[in-house]
Amino acid sequence: MIPASFDYEVADSAVHALALLAEHGEDAKLLAGGHSLLPMMKVRLAQPAVLIDIARVSELSGIRIEGDEVVIGATTRHAEVAGSELLRAEVPILAYAAAQVGDPQIRHRGTIGGSLAHADPSADLPMTLLALGGSVEITGPSGVRVVAADDFFVGPFESVLGPDELLTAVRVPRGGPVPWGYQKFVRRANDWAIVGAAAYGGRVALASMGGTPLRAAATEEALKSGASVEEAARLAAEGTSPGYDFHADVDYRQHLARVLTKRALEGKAG
Amino acid sequence: MTEIKLTVNGVARSDEVEPRLLLIHYLRETLGLRAANVGCDTTSCGACTVLLDGESVKSCTVLAVQANDHSVTTAEGLVAEDGTMSAVQQAFRENHGLQCGFCTPGMVMAATSLLADNPHPTEQEVREGLEGNFCRCTGYHNIVRSVLAAADKLSGSSPASEVPTDGVRA
Repeated sequence: MIPASFDYEVADSAVHALALLAEHGEDAKLLAGGHSLLPMMKVRLAQPAVLIDIARVSELSGIRIEGDEVVIGATTRHAEVAGSELLRAEVPILAYAAAQVGDPQIRHRGTIGGSLAHADPSADLPMTLLALGGSVEITGPSGVRVVAADDFFVGPFESVLGPDELLTAVRVPRGGPVPWGYQKFVRRANDWAIVGAAAYGGRVALASMGGTPLRAAATEEALKSGASVEEAARLAAEGTSPGYDFHADVDYRQHLARVLTKRALEGKAG
Repeated sequence: MTEIKLTVNGVARSDEVEPRLLLIHYLRETLGLRAANVGCDTTSCGACTVLLDGESVKSCTVLAVQANDHSVTTAEGLVAEDGTMSAVQQAFRENHGLQCGFCTPGMVMAATSLLADNPHPTEQEVREGLEGNFCRCTGYHNIVRSVLAAADKLSGSSPASEVPTDGVRA
């Protein structure tokens, strides 16, 4: 399968990438690792006229501490997030989640910013950012804005990121010993979650339970009111309307959400 | 057309390519390096796995222009000038790590990358490390044996001591 023809531009800085986006408008797409975009281009679900390669912009990559947050550059690859000693100590759930993305080859190419911008409701990192209460840093023609994960995802494969904007970094709170758990239910190796659940402190996020990654609001409320993990997890599917496919129907997904939420709240990773 | 300059199996290359040309097609069609195969063409099966700057990637999901200024290694590039195979390639031969052979170049490249990251993997780590490579013949047992044997050989200890012989989890 061959992508449709496009022009290829290489950005040498974030400012240059924004200028190229302004020049080419909605016909342009940003290319980092390309592991969400290129598969879509190969089946012609995406046919951008221009690709702007931001993978060579060094200022967009890397992991550093800023105050009480860890800041991860948008083009930082999953393998680097997964292997980061800093993240393993400060935000271990994020390093763990990055290690669950795809397979080793995919983790060598795919980037954290690309995965979030792609906004797949079944993916590992959108769910994890939501559980963490993290945010994304977005740079556009009018400057920089920081958007909380709770406000970033608006629909399947859709976020508030505008066509003239660049997701430049991901911000997550330094947690250290905050208890966490991570559950991803799959039938096949290197697949997306049939249902996923990530728990971080009292926050719980679900994957594949709706058009966006979701907070398990009723579970979180119950925990706040002193409910046991078992009682709170029973409420995990409340208010959700997941889709159905040949892997799972709606009832089964809601059952999985309850079971996986319980395991995640018990601190299990698997 | 876009000019790319890269190193492939240690040889400097320079070519004019269409931006949409996939790395796998550049390697196979432009350079005539046919070890890496097109299998699923959807980033799943791993038959097209090559090394980009030493790390395994699926070359059906990389544009040739993305490899500009980088270094690519295919299974052909693992063989020494005198024809000696790499330890991983040799281990696949000695442990019958293939049947039809279609997945083998990708398996060998993924295993090479895995052992560079983790020279002493457990059997479970080998299985998880090859998660991105499908084999429809062997049931994976001999492939896992091959990678463990290569790890032993590369670390200088005697092979086979930790290689599972039965009861291997599929």
